[in-house]
Amino acid sequence: MKTVFKRPQTMTEKQMHYCPGCTHGVIHRLAAEVIDELDIQDKTIGIAPVGCAVFAYDYWDLDMHQAAHGRAPAVATGIKRVHPDNVVFTYQGDGDLAAIGTAEIVHAAARGEKVTVLFVNNTIYGMTGGQLAPTTLVGQKSTTTPFGRDENHSGYPVKMTEMLSVLDGVSYAARVSVHNPANILKAKKAIKKAFKAQINKDGFSIVEILSTCPTNWGISPIEAVKWLEKNMIPYFPLGEFKVPEEVAR
Amino acid sequence: MGKVLMKGNEALAEAAIIGGCKFFFGYPITPQNEIPEYMAKRLPEVGGTFVQAESEVSAINMVYGAAGAGARVMTSSSSPGISLKQEGISYIAGAELPCVIVNMVRGGPGLGNIAPAQSDYFQATKGGGHGDYRVIVFGPASVQELVDITMEAFEIADRYRNPVMILGDGILGQMMEPVEFKTTEIRSAPEKPWATTGARGRQRNIINSLYIIPEDLEQFCQKLQDKYEAVAKREKRYESYFADDAEIIFAAYGSTARICKAVVDQARQEGIKAGLIRPISLWPFPDEPFRRAGEYAKAFLAVEMSTGQMVEDVRLAVNGHKPVYFYGRTGGMIPAKSQLYEEMKKILEGGNQ
Amino acid sequence: MAKGRAIILENRCKGCELCTTACPQGLITMSKQLNALGYHPAVVTDQSKCKGCALCAVMCPDVAIEVEKEEN
Repeated sequence: MKTVFKRPQTMTEKQMHYCPGCTHGVIHRLAAEVIDELDIQDKTIGIAPVGCAVFAYDYWDLDMHQAAHGRAPAVATGIKRVHPDNVVFTYQGDGDLAAIGTAEIVHAAARGEKVTVLFVNNTIYGMTGGQLAPTTLVGQKSTTTPFGRDENHSGYPVKMTEMLSVLDGVSYAARVSVHNPANILKAKKAIKKAFKAQINKDGFSIVEILSTCPTNWGISPIEAVKWLEKNMIPYFPLGEFKVPEEVAR
Repeated sequence: MGKVLMKGNEALAEAAIIGGCKFFFGYPITPQNEIPEYMAKRLPEVGGTFVQAESEVSAINMVYGAAGAGARVMTSSSSPGISLKQEGISYIAGAELPCVIVNMVRGGPGLGNIAPAQSDYFQATKGGGHGDYRVIVFGPASVQELVDITMEAFEIADRYRNPVMILGDGILGQMMEPVEFKTTEIRSAPEKPWATTGARGRQRNIINSLYIIPEDLEQFCQKLQDKYEAVAKREKRYESYFADDAEIIFAAYGSTARICKAVVDQARQEGIKAGLIRPISLWPFPDEPFRRAGEYAKAFLAVEMSTGQMVEDVRLAVNGHKPVYFYGRTGGMIPAKSQLYEEMKKILEGGNQ
Repeated sequence: MAKGRAIILENRCKGCELCTTACPQGLITMSKQLNALGYHPAVVTDQSKCKGCALCAVMCPDVAIEVEKEEN
């Protein structure tokens, strides 16, 4: 028998600290698999956010920066301008990217910075204990919307990938999910396309990855992937919102 | 090399390039816009990169990225923009990264105005951002000094792996003076084995300021303290102007010091033993000349374009041995030579102002 | 039929149970024992039926499953 599946080379052996069933671990692995397959481990520089994934620098065998909350796209800009031939990617949650970091993501995208953004959307603030996120669904409970998000009070969830896809500097923008193996494999394809858009110097690339947070949603991991499929996908549709021009032709 | 008449902001930018700056990230704010504008034109000429960021917050984080990637990098702003940068500066210090930050100080607090001030001394030297760190701060008093210090600033930042701040009052940025660039050969950055360049053939480098275990963070903060002690041993700078035998000693930095010099000149002409101790490094503060002068002088008069910030460090240094008086104008008002002269006379005639 | 082997790395497993839903043949269940982390780890009930599709490993958030497959 030969091994057909094992830990990718770009992942370290360190046990990840995420909650049982949290799909951060899946997404970390997909990124590592893509980096292995594109053979870019020795020239990739990653940026860890503030959020549950703050320790991401422990899980990838890559040069990494830990960035201030929301600022990863600006940090990525600094790195990529210094090392234009390296591959630079950020890994950010919904608070990091869509709340405090909204200006940085919009302008890195608008400038067409040739970096790749992995945007993990689990509709809640994980690390800080389950508060409202910009992506929390109407009616969804969080510790700061204990009665369920009321659109009259707290507005509506933001659709970042759609918003960013209208910018000319964006070459690849897609939304995927990791709630079951079939979607995980599709997510990996999108992540690979995003890194390729950078390598081919097409422009800014972003993959929004719908993800679960069993702990702060207050349900089991199996219930959580079902909740994602039933509630998140209707509001955050999956698909490619922008692809590099050659592909489109 | 001859002298050239240049505006402070532009001279600073040219000096930075000679000092090895290859990357500039900034955002427009009065009164320092000539710096990003000069950089936008000049950096591409020397193979460097200028990016106008969407905010001062973004700019300082671009600096954090570029510095961690091994580059000599600079940002500039003015008071409210420097407030915005504080978290980023704390991160840069916490990750032990080198960079140069320029503050052309304007009136505050809040939106204040665009006139010159020296009211960011506390912000620059006492923290500004959170945590146990220091920024190495210089307060030049002429366009020449602005040039000389800026040229050296990148080397100092690299030597200690720490942010270096150039605190200019708004006058300095706008004024035009003849300036000499003592060298025009562009310096290059040293090798930085800790920088992120893609981990080819080596262990990965991580640029980080997170030490989740308290014992580790304490140890790291102590390491920073040891570094700051080394800085304090080597980088204190000041100018002594007729202070060796003075009875009344002015304490001032930046443009204010030039006005004080004129007062000292006039006083000496009239037989009054006045002098000036002018800090050039604001952190580390040159306490030693003040401590020594406390033994022989009668009194000190700190003068600032603020309601009194550097005066606290003067008082700390003098340590109660002699009275330290303060005279300040703020909001963009500039102390008048005649007013300072009157204050000096009042002190010498005995008693408080 | 290709034969495969799903190797669950018991002490990396956090007992999240997602792999039990991923296996198309329902071959994974949760052990009644506790592992070194204090979780009930996943176990393969009938290894002889494993086809080596690796969907369990694809689903696993903790890189706690390795998969082997017979070469054709």
